[in-house]
Amino acid sequence: MGEIKLMKGNEALAEAMIRAGCDAYFGYPITPQSEVLEYLSKDATQRTGMVVLQAESEVAAINMIYGAAGCGRRVMTTSSSPGISLMQEGLSYIASAELPCVLANVVRGGPGLGTIQPSQADYFQSVKGGGHGDYRLIVLAPSSVQEMVDFVRLSFDLAEKYRNPVMILTDGAIGQMMEKVELFDQMPRKTEFPDWATTGKPKDKERRYITSLHIQPEKMEEINKHLQAKYKQIEKDEVRYEAFNLDDAEYVLTGYGLGARICRKAMDILREKGYKVGLVRPITLFPFPKKVYEEVANRVKGILDVEMNAGQMVEDVKLSVCGKTRVEYYGRMGGMIPSPEEIVENFEKLFIKGEA
Amino acid sequence: MSNNIETAKFRPEICVDENLVYRKPSTLLPEPFHYCPGCGHSTVHKIFMEVVEEMGIENDIIGVAPVGCSVFAYHYMGVDMQQAAHGRACAVATGIKRVQPDKYVFSYQGDGDLAAIGTGETIHAANRGENILVIFINNGIYGMTSGQMAPTTLEGMVSTTSPHGRDVKTQGYPLKMSELIAPLPGVAYVTRQSVHKPANVRKAKKALRQALEYQKQGLGFCLVEIVSNCPSNWRMTPAQANQYIDEKMLAFYKLGDIKVPEVK
Amino acid sequence: MAKALGEIIIDIEKCKGCALCIDACPEEVLSLTNKINKKGYQYIVTVNSNCTGCANCAIICPDAVITVYRKIEKSA
Ligand SMILES: Cc1ncc(C[n+]2csc(CCOP(=O)(O)OP(=O)(O)O)c2C)c(N)n1
Ligand code: SF4
Ligand code: SF4
Ligand code: SF4
Ligand SMILES: [Mg+2]
Repeated sequence: MGEIKLMKGNEALAEAMIRAGCDAYFGYPITPQSEVLEYLSKDATQRTGMVVLQAESEVAAINMIYGAAGCGRRVMTTSSSPGISLMQEGLSYIASAELPCVLANVVRGGPGLGTIQPSQADYFQSVKGGGHGDYRLIVLAPSSVQEMVDFVRLSFDLAEKYRNPVMILTDGAIGQMMEKVELFDQMPRKTEFPDWATTGKPKDKERRYITSLHIQPEKMEEINKHLQAKYKQIEKDEVRYEAFNLDDAEYVLTGYGLGARICRKAMDILREKGYKVGLVRPITLFPFPKKVYEEVANRVKGILDVEMNAGQMVEDVKLSVCGKTRVEYYGRMGGMIPSPEEIVENFEKLFIKGEA
Repeated sequence: MSNNIETAKFRPEICVDENLVYRKPSTLLPEPFHYCPGCGHSTVHKIFMEVVEEMGIENDIIGVAPVGCSVFAYHYMGVDMQQAAHGRACAVATGIKRVQPDKYVFSYQGDGDLAAIGTGETIHAANRGENILVIFINNGIYGMTSGQMAPTTLEGMVSTTSPHGRDVKTQGYPLKMSELIAPLPGVAYVTRQSVHKPANVRKAKKALRQALEYQKQGLGFCLVEIVSNCPSNWRMTPAQANQYIDEKMLAFYKLGDIKVPEVK
Repeated sequence: MAKALGEIIIDIEKCKGCALCIDACPEEVLSLTNKINKKGYQYIVTVNSNCTGCANCAIICPDAVITVYRKIEKSA
């Protein structure tokens, strides 16, 4: 058993970063994730020697990440929606140059400066690319403080395994909530770095360079094909999701992160009311757990997708079920959180009363 | 290498190792420069690689290439390099240096890259006293994108976006980045050099070496500005362009050290 | 009096004919030919044997085309 502590989501994420042997963190303050930089500023450097630097902007932060990741180091940044928007050019470069790194987006309501209240409105930005060009992030959606911890380590592993940026897509509520967590033990920082890393030209080998520039379209297409093949592999091997009560389910609720937590309560209420309702919670948003939806689509009467946005993941659910079952959406926007009762009410309105 | 003497008598007996005065540095890769004939980018690449060779640090230095004509610097400089997004070279260099403080780190940037889109990253890296060398190629124009006005374009200078000459009333004044950065306490060394005459090339090379020596001593941010040419977009021959540097550019961008570290 | 005898080797395929070395040479050793190299540039040649090996041409040459040798000949 690891150390058990009562921790705030953002602080737990920061603690996990230190324990995962992270070499460098570059970030810029923005609510609701500033606790990460504040927590690291206390004693992370004293504890492991990791670099903690407050950058002058998110643009600078993501490019510092590029530089340090290009040296083969474990690097991470965090921000919230407007800051993540500023990072998109850098992320596109990182994805193209295939640099491993981890980001967390503690999402707040938008668009624009929006609100500091929790939201899931950055789903499209996270899973469909976000910046320019055909690229993907691996996207993990924690729904508890424990997962804020566990997914940091998992993200570093996936980033390094696939040489790809990994996004932890969370929200202001999970970032701010206090929960009991079990922490993993301190891992050593890396002392060996991959061959491609720019650590100074090796004596008897050619110099290395990190770039995303390939002027010849033939070459650039080759790079694209390579990236797409990698994403296919990720879709094959890295799908993660959680499912409840699917065995006898006639209906399925689905949501991720905080939305999934609320759906679980709604499911319990609905079950008490006698409806056979299951739940699918995608953990990886890219790769999206298409198969589980495809499978339940053949035997349920409908799926209710619940999100804290105007309905974004619902498009992926619809693509997965391919019209084989009815898919409805219910959600709140702009920092509002749907209650379990609202979900129950809308479930009944959409599926039960509509059915009658 | 080919001997090409056509009208003069070639004296091979002189061409022996012990008489060697100048050869291309071994740190420069075989790939020929893609730069236009007479372009100062080539000259600066060459002398910087001479410095790296002379200091014997090719295994201990990591460079950052910008977006601009010198985007492919990594095809020529035989050291580990990263290619940065437009303007972000100082942030990328910060990332590299922070995780490898024992290595030499440099960025190589044009005036659009460093003094327009990347002004923020440059000033903040300088202000943090990042222990890096920034090589700043000021050719008063956006070379790569075919000759638009840069922040450094001289008053009255013609570019594709100031076809009637830069009008400072509406288009702003030419920006002296070196003078702007020098007063910051994190900055160790700022100098302005040029490569338009052999004597200037020699001085510019010395300045680059000096900056790396300061980096070794951990003194902080060093900026070596090099006033350079862009014969193609200035629409001049290389000789005319270098004359323009002598007469016009250097009248505004004065050569010499702007800040040197205090001797302890 | 010591006399400096210089000689240069020109990597003509790398020469871009920018002519900066011509102006830099104090001894007027260099000139462009009418021929062109594989890249399509007129290239530089020596036109006399007055070279002193001062290396100005090599130093100004952007493309690192020129290698310079210098021999000091001591005369009585
Ligand atoms: C974000 C972004 N904006 C614009 C460009 C287009 N762009 C490429 S190079 C350049 C200007 C380069 O000028 P400078 O830095 O002076 O370099 P030079 O080519 O003169 O050496 C611009 C605007 C880009 N690549 N990326
Ligand atoms: S466009 Fe100008 S700066 Fe670019 S290579 Fe040509 S001469 Fe040099
Ligand atoms: S070494 Fe000096 S003298 Fe000889 S060709 Fe070059 S510039 Fe002229
Ligand atoms: S300076 Fe170099 S490239 Fe230019 S003409 Fe002379 S040898 Fe050729
Ligand atoms: Mg320029």
